[in-house]
Amino acid sequence: MLGNISETRRPAWGAWLLLVPVTLPVVALYAWLLLASWSDGMEGFRPLALTAENWSFLWTEDPFAPSIWRITWNTLLFAVMVALGEIGLASTAAYALSRLHVPGRRFWLGLLIVLHAFPGITLLVAIFMLLQRLGLYDTLIGVVLAKIALELPFHVWVLKGFYDQVSWDHEMAALLDGADRLTTWRRVVLPIVRPGLVASGVFAFLSGWSEFLLPYVLAPGADTQTLPVYLSSLLSQADVADYGTVSAVAVFYMIPVLAVYFFLQRFLVALYAGGVKR
Amino acid sequence: MREERRALFPEEPVQPVGSPGGVPAGGSGEAAGGARGLLSAAGRRAAPWRLALLFLLPFAVVVAVFFFVPVVLTLLLSLTDVSVATGLGGFRWVGLENYRRILTDPVAGLLLRNTFLYVGATLVLFNVGLAMVLALASSFLPDRWGGLFRAAWLLPRITPSVVYVLMWKYFAAEPPYGVLNQVLGWLGVEASQNWLYARPWPMIIAINGFVGASMGMIIFSAAIRAIPREQLVAAQVDGASSWSLIRHIILPQLRWPVLFVAAYQTLSLLASYEYILLATDGGPGFYTTEVWALYAFHTALSNYFGNAQFGLGAALATVLVIIGIIASVLYLRFFNFRAMTGRPRIEVT
Repeated sequence: MLGNISETRRPAWGAWLLLVPVTLPVVALYAWLLLASWSDGMEGFRPLALTAENWSFLWTEDPFAPSIWRITWNTLLFAVMVALGEIGLASTAAYALSRLHVPGRRFWLGLLIVLHAFPGITLLVAIFMLLQRLGLYDTLIGVVLAKIALELPFHVWVLKGFYDQVSWDHEMAALLDGADRLTTWRRVVLPIVRPGLVASGVFAFLSGWSEFLLPYVLAPGADTQTLPVYLSSLLSQADVADYGTVSAVAVFYMIPVLAVYFFLQRFLVALYAGGVKR
Repeated sequence: MREERRALFPEEPVQPVGSPGGVPAGGSGEAAGGARGLLSAAGRRAAPWRLALLFLLPFAVVVAVFFFVPVVLTLLLSLTDVSVATGLGGFRWVGLENYRRILTDPVAGLLLRNTFLYVGATLVLFNVGLAMVLALASSFLPDRWGGLFRAAWLLPRITPSVVYVLMWKYFAAEPPYGVLNQVLGWLGVEASQNWLYARPWPMIIAINGFVGASMGMIIFSAAIRAIPREQLVAAQVDGASSWSLIRHIILPQLRWPVLFVAAYQTLSLLASYEYILLATDGGPGFYTTEVWALYAFHTALSNYFGNAQFGLGAALATVLVIIGIIASVLYLRFFNFRAMTGRPRIEVT
């Protein structure tokens, strides 16, 4: 709305001179990756020859590795389960904290803030032992549970913000018409906070799709391999001169991420501002 | 204002007489007082109570199993010598032995130094420093262009860590492959090294900082937007230069956002090691870029010698867990402050 500070239309040369060179490396990284995925060898920014051969991993089976489609399926399954789980648990818990009479409400809200700030990844050693004890180590469901747990406080926090902004009149009207609280929540409130649910869901999906550390530690087996873990193993094997295939796999892996980035940016900015873990 | 509403709703003080929400489930209250009885506390609360518990239960279970149990487990493990060698059956309680080992470990001093360097430099140069530069500079541009620059800086954050580090690895590679060396060559600087090996710390700090800058950038931009327009215009009419506008009007109003970002990012940097793990894995050589959190990970979960030491690793993690708990509890006050001042919601461009 009021983006530029300069009301007087003073040309902001200083800002341009600063932003362009500083931002250039960021753009260059991605331009390089795209170029590398289609070229047979790169020397800096210079492709030695253009080729589609790098993409042959999509249609050739490597007998020594799980198929790329199996790995992609695992990644998709993981991300979708994480997104559904987080939305399901967060949409109910956040509603309770925002609108219902919860015993010890102050305690729950305080706990939520503390959990939101607490770096859950420090608990990885204990979670590793816990999943082994529960027989969930090296299973997709085990990693999904761990991932959901670590991110749930963030999503409850965000969705509670959305619920807080819903006008009480809507609910009151439904209650006066004789609906109970559960029906009111489902039929009246949920549709109103749908943008929040979508934003939260998209974010959870992306976060699951990108997660490297948890599957790497908690489900290292070949059957549960996801794209980031596969890519990291490619990266550690690959000779520096052989980055054609690695880059192509990386671009393939980035497709959903870039799709969200270009089409749903507005949601992301709002959510990142909510303070996400890095 | 939002805080106020939040406080009002759960108690439902505005319930009209005879509303269906007030129909008591048990009927203990209303027999006595007719319409007034409909408002009795017991009656009003019966249904929402059950629903609230139902809605909160899964969340509570998850928090109990994946936060409370692991915190206690971390503390308990740190008092044992559990490792792959002992297994879950044959471990011993060793008291504070693990902590004694950490204190006497010759590597500990190096780890502390590395951790301070990593957190401090990334925070000052990028997560707050560069973030502020980006927020200020982009605010001086027309909306469309400022938004474009800010969007570009979101790319590293949204990129999966493995892909992001992969790009940096090839950027840093030795000639003729590396981009960094090629660009330096164009500028007339003769260099023929792999930058991740030759200059590991500047690279690690930049790799983390390019991701970390965006959070501060978004929060600072939003705070700049929230500054009353008249103040800025008035100063400009009075002939203030851009620099004095920044110095005397904008920066003083960004004190709280800066403090918030610094506090929040200190904690997350302290606990994070994913990018270091992928880029240098603590190397090159012995512990060159190994930070405390990464050392805990290596000790407990990814041991070169195949004997992962869960007990010792848990003791290392306990240090971070305790710092994390203390800092998070401090944020409780901090967040409350934020809610009170009620900063406007973030831009959505």
